[in-house]
Amino acid sequence: MAKFMEGLRYSESHEYIRVEGEYGYIGISDYAQHALGNVVYVDMPDVDDEVTAGEEFGAVESVKAASDLISPVSGTVVEVNEALEDKPELLNEDAFANWIIKVQLSDPSELDALMDVEAYKEHCKE
Amino acid sequence: MEKQTCLYDRHVALGALMSPFGGFIMPIQYTNITDEHNAVRQHCGVFDVSHMGEVRITGPDAERYVQHIFTNDVSGAPIGQIYYGMMLYPSGGTVDDLLVYKMGENDFFLVINAANIDKDVAWMKGHTDGFDITLDHQSDYYGQLAVQGPEAEAVVEEVLGIPCSELKFYTCLTLTLSKGEGTQAATSPLTSSSNCFTPPLEGTGEALIVSRTGYTGEDGFEIYGSHEFTQKAWDKLIESGRCKPCGLGCRDTLRFEVGLPLYGDELSADISPVMAGLSMFCKLDKPEFIGKEALVEQKANGVAQKLVGIELADKAIPRHGYAVLNAEGETVGEVTTGYHCLSVDKSVCMALVKTEYAKLDTPLSVQIRKKVFPGKVVKKKFYDKHYKK
Repeated sequence: MAKFMEGLRYSESHEYIRVEGEYGYIGISDYAQHALGNVVYVDMPDVDDEVTAGEEFGAVESVKAASDLISPVSGTVVEVNEALEDKPELLNEDAFANWIIKVQLSDPSELDALMDVEAYKEHCKE
Repeated sequence: MEKQTCLYDRHVALGALMSPFGGFIMPIQYTNITDEHNAVRQHCGVFDVSHMGEVRITGPDAERYVQHIFTNDVSGAPIGQIYYGMMLYPSGGTVDDLLVYKMGENDFFLVINAANIDKDVAWMKGHTDGFDITLDHQSDYYGQLAVQGPEAEAVVEEVLGIPCSELKFYTCLTLTLSKGEGTQAATSPLTSSSNCFTPPLEGTGEALIVSRTGYTGEDGFEIYGSHEFTQKAWDKLIESGRCKPCGLGCRDTLRFEVGLPLYGDELSADISPVMAGLSMFCKLDKPEFIGKEALVEQKANGVAQKLVGIELADKAIPRHGYAVLNAEGETVGEVTTGYHCLSVDKSVCMALVKTEYAKLDTPLSVQIRKKVFPGKVVKKKFYDKHYKK
């Protein structure tokens, strides 16, 4: 059973964002890591790269397939989770604790377009 | 609408992830690809490969006909011998790669890829003029199991009661399932005379074909029988707990690691066996076969592209269709299959590249999404086969 976490915002493509002030931590949901299976590589952007809401910023690779990561917000990458470079399986162990990138938000109003946990649970049932 | 194999309900009951492949709805994985891959490398796995196609060629000209459409040389073969090779277009491009089993004098059993069944059968039927043969398309009759891994011999003998220990690599035997008395060897001179087994499978008088073949780089067996037999044998194998159900996901990682080609990736109408490095299965000293002239020309004058292995320095995974770049950043080829290789923990791929870049250690990069990952040409066998010959 997939776990869901309160207090995060979720996208239809199964990324979450945890907002702290002007920053957001972006990762993939537990539902997404279940669906992917064993993660063997995480393709991340570089610090200072710009990301755009609704556009691809990297990918998560399982043995069989690559899944694009879609940014839920626009902004600038201020940090990437370097632990995932050597241990991509951390996403399988705890997807919510292991965010992928930290972004400085350029337009916090974009958060309004994302789902809360209840809406996201419904989305996963579809 | 995809076809189902005779084991479809069992796959669903086991919770397999099902996906279309070659016109069938097939199990991709039951638990996960890594565990299933490792089970075959270390112990034993069973695959439902009932989607594969079967064609029986018999008649006074059967051998001459097989020699005409097939690149390998079956002349003078002992009964029970199996050959790998291709059917080619006159251009040298590949219609399909297949196994040919010599079942008797002028009696051959051809095993073809699921995705190519209709095309292959039409191709074969289109080249029967001048040959006195009977072509019997049997794909709807046969189910097929592949039991693969270092423990496969013990599992097949002890769980299915099939005497296979004396079967040599790339040979087959036939067995008759006689009612109430289990399996009895029949018709093949390669058959073991051993009768110390207590076969758990009750028969209906049908004949099975059992071969020491596979598509994983491990020792193993492929077993062809009716749907009823295939279902019973599958249940026995799963119930025994000695054999992990394995999906097509790990079948692909396993065959890829040991450098075995997949039609559609490493072979196609545009990719000849010479380009794919499979010339050893094309006997150019045969008097003739369809496509021979083209291969002779390719051998003499060289080919524009060749299949190579590429090993990347990073862990990013090169996938089918990604561009291969030279040191100047120009596209010089395309990835055919790529994985993060499970048995050796490296990101590697097979790729079709311009011939001037095919030498070992040539620096080549792969474009993966927005980034370019450096690598070099290596042998396109990333893990050694462990056949029992």
